[in-house]
Amino acid sequence: MAQRTLQDKLAILSDAAKYDASCASSGTTRRDSRSGGIGSAGGTGICHAYTPDGRCISLLKILMTNFCIYDCAYCINRVSSNVERARFSPEEVVRLTLEFYRRNMIEGLFLSSGIIRSPDQTMGDMVRIARMLRIEHGFKGYIHLKTIPDASPDLVAQAGLFADRLSVNVELPQDASLRHLAPEKRPETIRATMADVRLGREAAKDRSHTGKRPPRFAPAGQSTQMIVGADQATDVDILNTSANLYSGYQLKRVYYSAFSPIPDASAMLPLIKPPLMREHRLYQADWLMRFYGFDATEIGSAHPSGNLDLAIDPKLAWALANRAQFPVDVARAPREMLLRVPGFGTKTVGRILTARRNGVLRYADLLRMGAIMSKAQPFVTLPDWTPGALTDSAGLRARFAPPPEQLSLFG
Amino acid sequence: MIRVTLPRFGRFDAWRQAARDLASARVPMEGVTWADPDTPPDLFGADPAPPPGDHPVIATQQFLQLARQVASHSDPERWSLLYGTLMRAQGDRRFLSNPADPMMDRLSRMAKSVRRDIHKMHAFVRFHELPSDGPRRAFGAWFEPEHPILEAGTPFFAKRFADMDWLIATPEGTARFDGDTIAYDDPAPRPDLPDDASHDLWQTYFANIFNPARIKTNAMRSEMPKKYWKNLPETRLIPDMLADAPRRVQAMRDAGATDAPAFAPKITARLRQQPDDSIPDTLEQAASQAARCTRCELCHAATQTVWGQGDPAARLMLVGEAPGDQEDLAGLPFVGPAGQLLHRTMAEAGLAPDRAWMTNAVKHFRFTPRGKRRLHQTPDRDHVDQCRWWLNLERRMVAPRLTVALGATAAFALTGNRKPLTPRRGLVEPARDGGPVLITWHPSLILRLPPDRAPAALAELRADLAQAVQMVA
Repeated sequence: MAQRTLQDKLAILSDAAKYDASCASSGTTRRDSRSGGIGSAGGTGICHAYTPDGRCISLLKILMTNFCIYDCAYCINRVSSNVERARFSPEEVVRLTLEFYRRNMIEGLFLSSGIIRSPDQTMGDMVRIARMLRIEHGFKGYIHLKTIPDASPDLVAQAGLFADRLSVNVELPQDASLRHLAPEKRPETIRATMADVRLGREAAKDRSHTGKRPPRFAPAGQSTQMIVGADQATDVDILNTSANLYSGYQLKRVYYSAFSPIPDASAMLPLIKPPLMREHRLYQADWLMRFYGFDATEIGSAHPSGNLDLAIDPKLAWALANRAQFPVDVARAPREMLLRVPGFGTKTVGRILTARRNGVLRYADLLRMGAIMSKAQPFVTLPDWTPGALTDSAGLRARFAPPPEQLSLFG
Repeated sequence: MIRVTLPRFGRFDAWRQAARDLASARVPMEGVTWADPDTPPDLFGADPAPPPGDHPVIATQQFLQLARQVASHSDPERWSLLYGTLMRAQGDRRFLSNPADPMMDRLSRMAKSVRRDIHKMHAFVRFHELPSDGPRRAFGAWFEPEHPILEAGTPFFAKRFADMDWLIATPEGTARFDGDTIAYDDPAPRPDLPDDASHDLWQTYFANIFNPARIKTNAMRSEMPKKYWKNLPETRLIPDMLADAPRRVQAMRDAGATDAPAFAPKITARLRQQPDDSIPDTLEQAASQAARCTRCELCHAATQTVWGQGDPAARLMLVGEAPGDQEDLAGLPFVGPAGQLLHRTMAEAGLAPDRAWMTNAVKHFRFTPRGKRRLHQTPDRDHVDQCRWWLNLERRMVAPRLTVALGATAAFALTGNRKPLTPRRGLVEPARDGGPVLITWHPSLILRLPPDRAPAALAELRADLAQAVQMVA
């Protein structure tokens, strides 16, 4: 095989990394380069560019190599695929990261890899890259390492010392589908790796009896990704899996990745159009679980099929299915109930609570404060607004659902 | 009319000083014109500013913070709006903290627009490497923000790129950093930035990280508005990427699945562990089979199978209910609060944990998620029945002389009897598979008892464990 240029490798190994939905670079420790080295991190991450698929580029997201000994049907890099293969040397990854970083193109590195030879060998190389960046180059930017599930706990522990975030993908919402589509992977070892990361983070928070603080361990926490639409799991199944993951491993994020056709696809999976609207609804539902006090079954039971309504957002769907709890009196309702009003976001609710102390709130005030009143109208009462029979009217859903032909816009 | 001309840089502090002086003399908002260096002179001349008055001037921290941001807005009216708000706050401060007040709403929107523009500057400045004659590398960028944010936006770059020299030129002026401080200069023509090979690599990255099967141009444009595109090296690729996307997706579809390379099945055959349904001969074999157990649905949500631990040839076997949150994470039995209590009580009863085989009736954690916590749930009869397969294997291989059942679930798993525990506690019953079972409390019950009842139950547990030690001695 002819020697590939850095540019060729970058093309192959960024193409291979594009199916990972994760991109965030926020929530880590605050640090900057005034005391040496290069880079800064902390606060909210920065998206340096957006691709036409609507996703942000915050990190240099690449694979160390796309050679892989596993045969996961949904993955372009599986051993049985005929895709072009390439491999970066650790030095090349470090150089690309630093040079892009210096030109203000990225916040840091998101490094994943196909599994070559063994999980330990692969994880060891990834840890080496992170160590070179941190120790040799004093890199203070963000590092996200994808943890190889079967790698030894020692290597995961080392990775946690250099990386801001660790992640291991659950891949599919149900164990049975993972066992079927990724026969070399095992759901229980994936979860055990997540448990190790959680325990590592907790151990790093306990001061020793001398009061010394242990080194930080994955300060930006851990995340995971699951592919949506490659198996038969319903949205309730997916959200229940997420609820288990959030509560069990204190994940910062679960990413949902609409299964998208891959070149040289396995015959096991259809080359379908990715269900982008479903993915979007799942993100909205996930948000409701994390910030609005909803639980998975509540959101999912709005529709008997166990799937989210594609035409309207999950909060609206829940409100329409639970109209007995509305309308809500904006002047008196507690925070928890305000959060359940469609059209009110967490910021709006915060503003309502502050403004309520200053006097009576009217319809126009809510509009100004960012409430989407076109949505909230049927669900609230205000001194100058009562929904009357609107809350219970039969045609309420039709007011919000877009006419069917518009759906094609989201395909 | 009083005219105050603010400097190009250090504007906010200059406004603050002037506003304080004018407000202390109670000059009304309509009496002041605020000018930038580029504002043409007034047609009718200007009055001199009065000397500072003696009225106290108050402003909240929150307002000053907001005002500092609004000061970077491009709206020429901003100084006047801020001064008007300051004057109004001298009579009534409450509206400053009211998000429903129209003026506060307007100012917050202006501040938000400035914050967004600063954020976009942090995102979309693209440095080109410049020739450098010193040890420090040098970089330069041209950027066109929507608002005059040069001063507010550049400290970020000083923190991030402290080990290189850089300049950021904008239509508003130029910021230069040499490792120490940022110096600001008046506007200059757009500098010639040399070609930079990393920009070509960056374009390669941009073109390849894009998935042609998912086009969402609205999402892209709302976050990366077109007004910023002309200075980004990658955005000029977008039209071609979009135009080519349908063809690439169709090509994928047409190509379909190919035959796997010949080496692939050999590799996977080596890796794939065949399900092993043979009856295990050793505890290790049983443990590795149990690790993949799917006999009941608990395995899907729980982290892992928690197998027993201790002396495989022990005379005494302790059986608890099921792993809890901590046991599930660690993969080890009796490491959580109840397990620690059990270990302490065992030590007091003269029983070393490594002299017993300690396990659970059900090997997977059962819970309901509640926000960030998992609430323990008692396993059902079916879970116990399914898991008895493993318990029986363990019992056959350890072959204890006596088994201690901790709590009702363990007692049921071992004896098949579901009757209440209170009358049975401290007694020995026969196990379903033979051998004596001593029944006692589960330590987690003791942790849940009210403080007046816990000590007695703990004493009973300790006495039962001591009795067990005697029985196998």
